[in-house]
Amino acid sequence: MNRIKCECGHVNPEGTVLCEACGKPVEGNQHIDGNEKDKLLNMRYEGSARRSKTYNRNLVDKTWNFFSSVKVGVWLIVITLIASSLGTIFPQEMYIPPGADPATHYEEQYGLAGQIYYQLGFHNLYSSLWYMLLIALIGVSLVICSIDRVVPLHRALKKQKPKRHHTFLKRQRLFSQTEGDVDIEKFISRLKKQRYRVTRQDDSILAEKGRFSRWGPYVNHIGLIIFLLGALLRFIPAMYVDDFVWVREGETVVIPSTHGEYYVKNKNFILETYNEKENERFQAALQQEAAPVPSNYQTNAVIYKRTDPRVVGAEPELEPINEAEIRVNEPAKFNGFALYQSSFQQNEFTKMSFKLHETGNEEKVLGEFTIDLTSPKTEYELDSGARVVIDQYYPEYYLDNGEPRSKSKYPKNPAFVFYVYPPGEEKPEISFAGIGMNIDATGENDYKLNLAGFDTRDVTGLTVKKDYTLPFLGIGGLIFMIGVIQGMYWNHRRIWLQKSKDKVWIAGHTNKNWYGIKRDIEKVIEGTGIEMPEDQQQLKG
Amino acid sequence: MDKTKKKRKRLIFRSAVLVLLLGLVAFAVIGNLSKDNAVVAEGEEAPNFQLKQFGTNGKTMSLEDLEGKGVMLNFWATYCKPCEAEMPYMQKLYPKYKDKGVEIVGVNLDATKMIVNKFIDEYDLTFPNLHDEGGQVMDLYNVGQIPSTYFINEDGVVVEKVVGPLTLEKLDSYLQQIQPKG
Repeated sequence: MNRIKCECGHVNPEGTVLCEACGKPVEGNQHIDGNEKDKLLNMRYEGSARRSKTYNRNLVDKTWNFFSSVKVGVWLIVITLIASSLGTIFPQEMYIPPGADPATHYEEQYGLAGQIYYQLGFHNLYSSLWYMLLIALIGVSLVICSIDRVVPLHRALKKQKPKRHHTFLKRQRLFSQTEGDVDIEKFISRLKKQRYRVTRQDDSILAEKGRFSRWGPYVNHIGLIIFLLGALLRFIPAMYVDDFVWVREGETVVIPSTHGEYYVKNKNFILETYNEKENERFQAALQQEAAPVPSNYQTNAVIYKRTDPRVVGAEPELEPINEAEIRVNEPAKFNGFALYQSSFQQNEFTKMSFKLHETGNEEKVLGEFTIDLTSPKTEYELDSGARVVIDQYYPEYYLDNGEPRSKSKYPKNPAFVFYVYPPGEEKPEISFAGIGMNIDATGENDYKLNLAGFDTRDVTGLTVKKDYTLPFLGIGGLIFMIGVIQGMYWNHRRIWLQKSKDKVWIAGHTNKNWYGIKRDIEKVIEGTGIEMPEDQQQLKG
Repeated sequence: MDKTKKKRKRLIFRSAVLVLLLGLVAFAVIGNLSKDNAVVAEGEEAPNFQLKQFGTNGKTMSLEDLEGKGVMLNFWATYCKPCEAEMPYMQKLYPKYKDKGVEIVGVNLDATKMIVNKFIDEYDLTFPNLHDEGGQVMDLYNVGQIPSTYFINEDGVVVEKVVGPLTLEKLDSYLQQIQPKG
């Protein structure tokens, strides 16, 4: 390692652009920050040695230096942005209709572009391996870039001396030379009034304020890293659960993602709508809506804990632990979990009643029976001695190439094939009956089954949530904001003054808000005889 | 002397930071990949469960009852067409493999017992079918699409997991794999 000794006596690490102590440009290193002779100095990172730009010995160093490059970091972010936007061209897999096969769905819906989209894996972009890796690499770049810059910057700011090399001063953006006598004591007292910290070394003065603003970006990065860690913790089920369960009224089901430990019962699902008479305030708005406007979605639920040793599937012994009214934004909570009201289905059939009568004469009734659609009996005996046997039951009836089938196990469109045995008869008549359907297959039936009534129930959809990562996200976000404020609302301003026999040099630098530092300088040199520095960048530009 | 010391310190520091970051990245990637097929993967032990068996008046069967046998677990439902298509294959191979110590077990996901009983009669299924009424075993095995079939060897380890329908030939070869040795 070649250390560079400056003429001021300070020994700088290799790669230093501007001497840490006096600011003299180190010969041979000016290309690093693009400093050209006679032009203004690039004050980025105080011209300190970013190690990444110097050593490249072994694999560890090479990897380190790769990630330490801001250019690499920016490219990673650009690539991620482009990739993220590509993922929004067509819907992601989780948003295509349930039951659709993604392998064919994208091609059918969007043609060739859709097929390419699917085959390149964009249909599942945000959880794909390479997308995750991109995000991870940004995180790595963030950490290494920060370490590699905050350490030398801190050292350079700590080691700076009031006495600066003349080229350093001359090549600052704000600079002036005053010939003749000036009132230095007045200058210093004015600086202190402006809350500058003043250090003096012989005839050199350094006035500085707002240095802590320089740490803003690094504080900001620490916040981001905590935020990313919080996001990582979401992969641990103990920290984060996001699941969903449908519960039918009257049913008790296991709550998913609780290892079968908790059960929930839906006692009642309530959907209330605004009433024009009760809510006169909203009358005008309500009249504009064609459909009723819901005012409340609510599930009256009981949460149970399983008390017997758990064998999945076996009948559980349950103990109620919480009876709750779950409304939107008012979840039921238990043991770190929360159940949120998030969906519903109305009017699923639970019971159907049929009336058997003579064909063409509805007055001649042979009896009535009710089918419990979740556990129908195979045979129903009527008062008149007639028997009705269920031959086939289709909970969600549809015709599949002319053949009756059920789409699911839920009685959303129940239909039956009945064998009707009239009193004393051994040969049945075949009837097909469902919602809005009553088909006599042979056309010779003497008896007909008519739908006499039905019961329905609602289904509630509850989101199961557990999230212990929120504190990380919150604290990360807070630190992020503190860093932003720190870097945005404070400026690091420095004013140097150097007096030689017959001349006084003054130079100024700030990391932002040049107008502000000019006003500061105007105030502090008033009446001291010092000439107002010129903005050398404006002069040239 | 001082220089080499410093260099070593830097190398150690950089390596430590890189290892830490690599560890976190690996954790994130593995965590994300294993999220989708979380619970039962090939090479893992099949978790135990207990369900009521159709046609037995509410008698239960558990996976532990079949210890020492090869077990084929088939998740199915009556409203699932491809499930229906592979039922005859399973029934055809069942008697042959039962003698060789392999049990075929259907895990049915229907809601209504009557429908399932009629289906079992229609296809003359003689292998045991269990009723996973609440979908708990389905959840435990993280079955997303049906039919899904697990082939479990005599040590209770999942040898093969097949999502989607099986042909007779494939079924035969998978069943051979879980035939107990000796």
